[in-house]
Amino acid sequence: MSEEEILFQQRIDAELKVEPKDWMPEKYRQNLIRQISQHAHSEVIGMQPEGNWITRAPTLHRKSILLAKIQDEGGHGLYLYSAAETLGISREELVQALHSGAAKYASIFNYPALTWADMGAIGWLVDGAAIVNQISLQRTSYGPYARSMVRICKEESFHQRQGYHIMMVLMQGSQEQQAMAQDALDRFWWPSLMMFGPHDAESANSTQSMKWKIKRKSNDELRQKFIDQSVKQAEVIGLKIPDPALKWNKAREHYDFGKIDWDEFARVIKGDGPCNRQRLQHHIRTHNEGAWVRDAVAAYEAKHKKQPTRAA
Amino acid sequence: MLIDKSQLKIFVLRLADDALVIAHRLSEWCSHGPSLEEDLALTNVALDYMGRARMFYGYAAEIAGDGSTEDTYAYDRDCRDFTNLLIHELPRGDFAFTMARQYLVDEFNLAYMELLQQSKDPTLAAIATKANKEGLYHLRRSRKWLLRLGDGTAESHNRLQQAMEDIWGYTTELFEMDELEQAIVEAGIGVNAIHLHPQWKQRVTATLTEATITVPSSDWAVTGGRKGIHTEALGHILSDMQFLQRAYPGQQW
Ligand SMILES: [Fe+2]
Ligand SMILES: [Fe+2]
Repeated sequence: MSEEEILFQQRIDAELKVEPKDWMPEKYRQNLIRQISQHAHSEVIGMQPEGNWITRAPTLHRKSILLAKIQDEGGHGLYLYSAAETLGISREELVQALHSGAAKYASIFNYPALTWADMGAIGWLVDGAAIVNQISLQRTSYGPYARSMVRICKEESFHQRQGYHIMMVLMQGSQEQQAMAQDALDRFWWPSLMMFGPHDAESANSTQSMKWKIKRKSNDELRQKFIDQSVKQAEVIGLKIPDPALKWNKAREHYDFGKIDWDEFARVIKGDGPCNRQRLQHHIRTHNEGAWVRDAVAAYEAKHKKQPTRAA
Repeated sequence: MLIDKSQLKIFVLRLADDALVIAHRLSEWCSHGPSLEEDLALTNVALDYMGRARMFYGYAAEIAGDGSTEDTYAYDRDCRDFTNLLIHELPRGDFAFTMARQYLVDEFNLAYMELLQQSKDPTLAAIATKANKEGLYHLRRSRKWLLRLGDGTAESHNRLQQAMEDIWGYTTELFEMDELEQAIVEAGIGVNAIHLHPQWKQRVTATLTEATITVPSSDWAVTGGRKGIHTEALGHILSDMQFLQRAYPGQQW
């Protein structure tokens, strides 16, 4: 290790935040760019499955909440792109990496939102899993990332509550509505658990990330926390978690749970999820369709900057 | 002159339908915006109009006093019952079309809501005051977009010019008054839209000129929204919007 690297690690160990102008190992920078941009892309791609239901929301109240929620997610994307930009990469480059497939987004968004109950399941479980992860990231070592997490977490808990409330109302409704809610849970449960990533033993980026305190808690710890909180929430409203192996373990004081289908995880990441193509193509198409608008803004600004300003 | 409750309700529903239908069109931009920033801004405007629609529907329900709610008006009526002005329901088109429509409607609404604030009906006056505040921001934004698109690139200029040509004939209806609205005006509750036209025309002409866009000729006009004679686009809005309420009637959500 170079002297710089030693000093850097000492600062990390002392819980000091790394700021954009500080020296940092190139791998730390690359690792962060990967993680923050993946997070940003997830916020933005995540707007699609929910956006798919705005025009069909069942009441005006739900429609307004959903619109505001999706708008928040876009806002999260913006803060996170800015946080990534402090590491010396442009938003255009980040978006290009998404379009080329070099950068990833959360695989959960490759599942379709088929019924209204999916708006409930996504808010409750997907935002719920995101919060568990993001709360731990409020203490991440990179200052701009940590601060954006603080801001984002406040909004995420509202997202989770509105999703859970959708599920609750459905469970108090007709048999068809209850079945709709259960079906959404059945489809989104396992993919939500996969959101935390592979088991610690198999997680490629984890060890170094933990040492640099980019990550503060391991995938398995976070997943367990999420399971423990969700089981109770499901019970309260009469939903059944689709896992026959789920059982309270007194000794561990956690729920034991069944085997996660990592083959499916790999399949969906690789591109064979139900919506991978549509999600990416939607983003690319929208980006390309917006090109003439962005060009117009640039042209307008260039024209109107050139106008001579006379000194007084 | 006095008006009866059912007349007032019809009038309020017109304003509600206008707001809901344009909110729907704006909300279609979510995740389709030309940039992430603009995506969020369009959603903001959609949310404002949605809020306005809900206040008007809520008030209509209160006037009716028959158990109607904001949702029964939005979800249980068919195409012929909706009385929005047609300009609001036109498909969103490209970004130039959406902003052209928005600008024309924003100019109209700001002037309209400014006067409606003086309505003798306190609920309408209060809604108008809120709408007026939002409207200032909406107009500043849409006007700025007209300048950028009109005086941007050749492509953006042509798209905006085309959009104006395609929308222009739907603006006539903004300034029409029927007997009912006349009575509402005479009761000191509504706004005489006819009087808004000269100033609207003047302001729109000034903006279009600055944006290097030719003001379209007023040689065509389509009207009928207040009578429930819509474009075919409205039925598709409703089939999307009302799907769940129609498929699972009478449920809570
Ligand atoms: Fe988010
Ligand atoms: Fe969220």
